[in-house]
Amino acid sequence: MTGIPDTSTAIRWQDVAALTDLPALGGRLVVVPGGEIALLRNERDEIFAIDNRCPHKGGPLAEGAVSGHSVYCPLHNWRIDLTCGQACAPDVGQVRTWPVRVTDGRILIGLPL
Amino acid sequence: MTDRNDKKPRLVVVGNGMAGIRTIEELLKMAPDHYTITVCGDEPRPNYNRILLSPVLAGEMAFEDTVLNNWHWYHEHGITLHAGHRVTAINRGRKTVTTSDGLALPYDRLLLAQGSYPFVPDIPGRQLPGVVTYRTWEDVRVMQALEPGRTAVIVGGGLLGLEAAYGLAQQGVQVTVIHRHPWLLDRQMDRTGAELLHKSLIARGLALCLPAEVCAILGDDRVRGVRLTDGRELPADLLVFAVGIRPRIDLAQAAGLQCERGIIVDDTLQTFDPRIYAVGECVQHRGSTYGLVAPLFEQAKVAANHLAQYGRLRYTGSLTSTKLKVTGISLFSAGDFVGDPACEEISLLDPTAGIYKKVVLRDRKLHGILLYGDTALGPWLFQLLRAGADVSALRDHLLFGEPANDARHGPASAVDPLPDTAEICGCNGISKGTIVHAIRAQGLFTVDDVRRCTKASASCGSCTDLVAQLLASTLGGLYETTPPRRTLCACTDLTHDEVRDAIVTRKLLSARAVFAALEWKAPGGCPTCRPAVNYYVRTAWPVEATDDPQARFVNERVHANIQKDGTYSVIPRMYGGVTTPGELKRIAAVAERYAVPLVKLTGGQRIDLLGVRKQDLPAIWAEIGMPSGHAYGKALRTCKSCVGTDFCRFGTQDSTHLAIALEKRLERMWSPHKVKLAASGCPRNCAESTIKDFGVIGVDSGWEIYVGGNGGTKLRGGDLLTKVKTEDEVIEIAEAFMQLYRKEAYYLERTAPWIERVGLAHIKAAVLDHPATRRRLAAELRLAVSQESDPWAAAVGGELTIHTQALGPGGAS
Ligand code: SRM
Ligand SMILES: Cc1cc2nc3c(=O)[nH]c(=O)nc-3n(C[C@H](O)[C@H](O)[C@H](O)COP(=O)(O)OP(=O)(O)OC[C@H]3O[C@@H](n4cnc5c(N)ncnc54)[C@H](O)[C@@H]3O)c2cc1C
Ligand code: SF4
Ligand code: FES
Repeated sequence: MTGIPDTSTAIRWQDVAALTDLPALGGRLVVVPGGEIALLRNERDEIFAIDNRCPHKGGPLAEGAVSGHSVYCPLHNWRIDLTCGQACAPDVGQVRTWPVRVTDGRILIGLPL
Repeated sequence: MTDRNDKKPRLVVVGNGMAGIRTIEELLKMAPDHYTITVCGDEPRPNYNRILLSPVLAGEMAFEDTVLNNWHWYHEHGITLHAGHRVTAINRGRKTVTTSDGLALPYDRLLLAQGSYPFVPDIPGRQLPGVVTYRTWEDVRVMQALEPGRTAVIVGGGLLGLEAAYGLAQQGVQVTVIHRHPWLLDRQMDRTGAELLHKSLIARGLALCLPAEVCAILGDDRVRGVRLTDGRELPADLLVFAVGIRPRIDLAQAAGLQCERGIIVDDTLQTFDPRIYAVGECVQHRGSTYGLVAPLFEQAKVAANHLAQYGRLRYTGSLTSTKLKVTGISLFSAGDFVGDPACEEISLLDPTAGIYKKVVLRDRKLHGILLYGDTALGPWLFQLLRAGADVSALRDHLLFGEPANDARHGPASAVDPLPDTAEICGCNGISKGTIVHAIRAQGLFTVDDVRRCTKASASCGSCTDLVAQLLASTLGGLYETTPPRRTLCACTDLTHDEVRDAIVTRKLLSARAVFAALEWKAPGGCPTCRPAVNYYVRTAWPVEATDDPQARFVNERVHANIQKDGTYSVIPRMYGGVTTPGELKRIAAVAERYAVPLVKLTGGQRIDLLGVRKQDLPAIWAEIGMPSGHAYGKALRTCKSCVGTDFCRFGTQDSTHLAIALEKRLERMWSPHKVKLAASGCPRNCAESTIKDFGVIGVDSGWEIYVGGNGGTKLRGGDLLTKVKTEDEVIEIAEAFMQLYRKEAYYLERTAPWIERVGLAHIKAAVLDHPATRRRLAAELRLAVSQESDPWAAAVGGELTIHTQALGPGGAS
């Protein structure tokens, strides 16, 4: 995504949703100043935040199917690794990943200051 | 890297292409732990099948399908891959290679597998943007980016040039091929054959310009055209050079290795430095260089054998045959098909049928083969040629195949007369005997199985038909009747039927329960099995089972069809294609209020609002006040109708009435795949009832019912199921038929392939022969449909949650 600045600097934890907003194997779109983030939860209740734009043709990853550490883009089924944002073979492509933290039933995303 | 690894000798491979990685695959088979392997490739991706770039360009295949070994494969075998790194120098004294990114990699053995450069003649303007070659995935991307209607000029009418030309033409680009020789494919064809080819390429819309030569490339900031030596100028938005290749020898040369046209190797594929091996297009062996994969794969085997220190095999050169990968054009040539005065020639030319066959004989042996239009005999003849067999006794049959073949089975079993040693897959050098043995010993049933286990037909794919014939002749009746064991997906070893049985007998009521009870390998399933299992559970237990929206594809979760830009479409139901002024006004008002970018009549006789933003969906549904048309679902779609008796002068039955009644009965029905219906009022069939999953045609005495029609990807005319007198009978049969389909077809199998699989007799038996069974099926369907409500109304009324709003800071939902 273009709008969100680099995270190499310090981050702040932004509360974006209640845990109950995000069903297991579900995805939700989060709009933050500067861009769109896909919030995704897998069957083991791990939560991931990645840019909501598939590196292929910009498909909305928040609508994708989650399985383990992958999300499958709803448009042409590209598989994106949720841990690193890397598109799986054969193509090289990457989306940005964001740190996630769950506290008191709230989901927080680490955004740049 | 661990200590253990450090003790192993290090093998560094330069070139992540077809020959290099094939050598590694062969090596891993023999000595999986011998080396610590590092591969450098200057293409930024794992190893793919270069040959298949042509089908990708022609839109017949996706790039993903060309990957031979994905990233995971390298990881799994402990191979370090530096993709996107070019090796810039070999230091033979220190035994290291250095890369463009400054890596210095020490080696104990080095394998050069660098392939070749596409040659570009030194013509002014060759540096302009828009001038490309045809070699890599990047080249294909550039070609694919050219819009339909633009012009491309291909320089070179060889195999590669013609494949590029065909691929671009398939994209809608206007293509001209320039070739310096008086006929195309002059290395693979004689003039007679080339003339047939010429005609069929022109029929495919290609422009051909020959003999002709380019002397200048026109354009300032990018290519605009070319000038030919005869003064003509041709416009070009893209210029593709396919005029030959040059082995990549610069690296080896700079390192002081002996090179001529290629890197010189001996029969063990060793270069002049015994630590350095070389394979593939970059090598020169006994004076020859090669530009096809079959010889490279033979070299790979030998090189691997020596790298593994078996030291047994010798490479003595290859005899190659060529094919052209342009759909609908078959060409096979091998050996010297021109001959000299000492040769004899036997030929057959049928210009109308577009068939030309020719063999060249010398000293009673085959010396060259050229087949155009019908290449079935290629493998047989090539086998005779390679074996150097005396063919005098076969003279009469050479152009027709062995006599026994004609008499017994006709052309379908061109493989039968072949000896076991005959090569079926030219690319991988797999013989008939090897394939037949694998089919028997490993119990293979499908072409895919054979491909996986033997690699036959895994490269260019042009021998797929032969492999299928071998399956048929080896398995006999089994090939026809024994369906392959197809597991539902990679998450389980069970088939669709086994999973469905378990759902019924063990009363599994949700997708999650199935995954747990049947010990799924991935606890939450994958995008393939999740929707299927969710569907199976819901059909088996329509009342008790819980639907899991997360198991559904986005369209069925959002109840709208996702578009390429992430917006959605809204298609309300219009029963039987009939609407009212009131509905039209509401649709018009909504379209204006929400600035809907496109309002379109669909092929299913209803209206589509396209480009709707997700957050507007609920309001639009509420304001239109019409039920969902389920145009996004594996569900009942439409029932098309014609005007029928009410208005039409030919109408024999009230088709509109029946269409509405059918649609009302079946709406909200979920099914393995989408289901489309139609009702026409007379045999003129204006509603196209014979290409629908279920279609009826009115005749004077009642209704004819057709099932299993499909007008989509693969056209299939419906089968006449029966003829009945009344609307009620049609409806009951429709319900029973649908329920049978819902219970028996695999997920994502439409009625057409389902009926092909189970046979019409099976369907007749269930829905016609036993009225009790029919009534039971119809009742089951009514129960299932009665469990469903209109999803749009439910969403508007708050009974169904569809997340149409984004979350944001503060967490509002
Ligand atoms: C809207 C419509 C085109 C139109 O503007 O007319 C349409 C649009 C799509 N069709 Fe279609 N089809 C439409 C009528 C048809 C027809 C004609 C008909 O229904 O009479 C056919 C051939 C008849 C048939 O199915 O037998 C047709 C055969 C297909 C196929 C091939 C199905 C097959 O079995 O071979 C697909 C692909 C699939 O379903 O896998 C497809 C898939 C699609 C999808 C859903 C592609 C997708 O997955 O995104 C398109 C959605 C576009 C979008 O972004 O909204 N569409 N499609 C038509 C909607 C009809 C409706 O009112 O519901
Ligand atoms: C479009 C197309 C269609 C074809 N169709 C057919 C067909 O139908 N049948 C057939 O038999 N053959 C076909 N061929 C030819 C076949 O693809 C080649 O013969 C084969 O790929 C050669 O294998 P190779 O390993 O020698 O070279 P390549 O596959 O080209 O691999 C060499 C690799 O080494 C890399 N490399 C080179 N130098 C360096 C360096 N210094 N550092 C790092 N990496 C380097 C290159 O980037 C390349 O990835 C076709 C070729 C093309 C382009
Ligand atoms: S199918 Fe028959 S009834 Fe229907 S419009 Fe055509 S002619 Fe008229
Ligand atoms: S946009 Fe994601 S796969 Fe195509």
